[in-house]
Amino acid sequence: MQRSTILQPGVEAPDFTLKATPDQAVSLSDFRGRPIVLAFYPADWSPVCGDQMSVYNQILDEFRTHDAQLLAISTDGVWCHLAFARDRRLGFPLLADFEPKGAVGRAYGAYDDKEGVCERALFVIDGDGRIAWSYLSPSGVNPGADGILAALERLRPDEPRQTRPRQQETHP
Amino acid sequence: MSTLKPPLDRDDHLRGPSSAPIQLVEFGDYECPYCGQAHRTIAALRAALGDRLGFAFRHFPLVGAHPHAELAAEAAEAAGAQGKFWDMHDLLYGDQRALSLPHLERHARALGLDMQRFADDLRSHRHLGKIRADVHSGAISGVGGTPTFFINGRRHDGAHDFDSLLAALTLDPTERLQAHG
Repeated sequence: MQRSTILQPGVEAPDFTLKATPDQAVSLSDFRGRPIVLAFYPADWSPVCGDQMSVYNQILDEFRTHDAQLLAISTDGVWCHLAFARDRRLGFPLLADFEPKGAVGRAYGAYDDKEGVCERALFVIDGDGRIAWSYLSPSGVNPGADGILAALERLRPDEPRQTRPRQQETHP
Repeated sequence: MSTLKPPLDRDDHLRGPSSAPIQLVEFGDYECPYCGQAHRTIAALRAALGDRLGFAFRHFPLVGAHPHAELAAEAAEAAGAQGKFWDMHDLLYGDQRALSLPHLERHARALGLDMQRFADDLRSHRHLGKIRADVHSGAISGVGGTPTFFINGRRHDGAHDFDSLLAALTLDPTERLQAHG
């Protein structure tokens, strides 16, 4: 099967403005100075309940450790995103690549023309707006966050590494 | 390739011999119906593979989607502190609609746990640190949903039904090496 070719590290990340809610838009450039994690995914309401977005929601603290902002993008409309985010209690924006359909996905090379949805593609963008890491997941496989977290770690080699013990303090 | 980090250690709950040539690790959530199905599949795999299979469980409660999952994980750990992790694990997967506090206490009573200690552990969230450590492990290991399996330290990206898992478990290169060695 022909897979799309996603944008590679070193390339400037194409800016975009997409709706996050019915009355609120988000631009990539709003987040200049911070690392961004862009997660393209095919659709809300994945038939697998423990899906990629629920997993990322569960580990938002891991992204916060790196001061990184997670933005998830699919071709679903804002009302669909709103219902999905409420149902799963998602604590990060779901952006609607809805009109013109898939334009941002195409700009990143992460659009599946045959299915008419975004691929499962991940990008880590540095504070200067440059792609630091990208990954296209094999069809049907939910990518975890291991590659994202390793890329975020590499973005700040001068800072002391966050080491977290296997057994953490209890939280009374 | 996504690999298990950190590898299995003493903090892990293990069923079967730690020296078993096939090590299966699941990241799971007690409220996830797919994990419930996987629980029955794993019982069948353990029966089929016997002492060749070691099975470990790490917690990955998806609290946004599953409001009872984290407390249920704490209950399993609290039972584990009294030597009954797998008994509680089986009870939790035995009825995934019964995961609120009164149900957890009923399970604990049925297992003959010290109820004062069990209740104190839940109230003080004594075992939440262990659960969060498991979630961190899942994050850096590439957990992409629940359940996610690792076979001899490598993420299994195939299907979760009995035949697919059995084929993956018995075709793993490490195991093949053992079989021919």
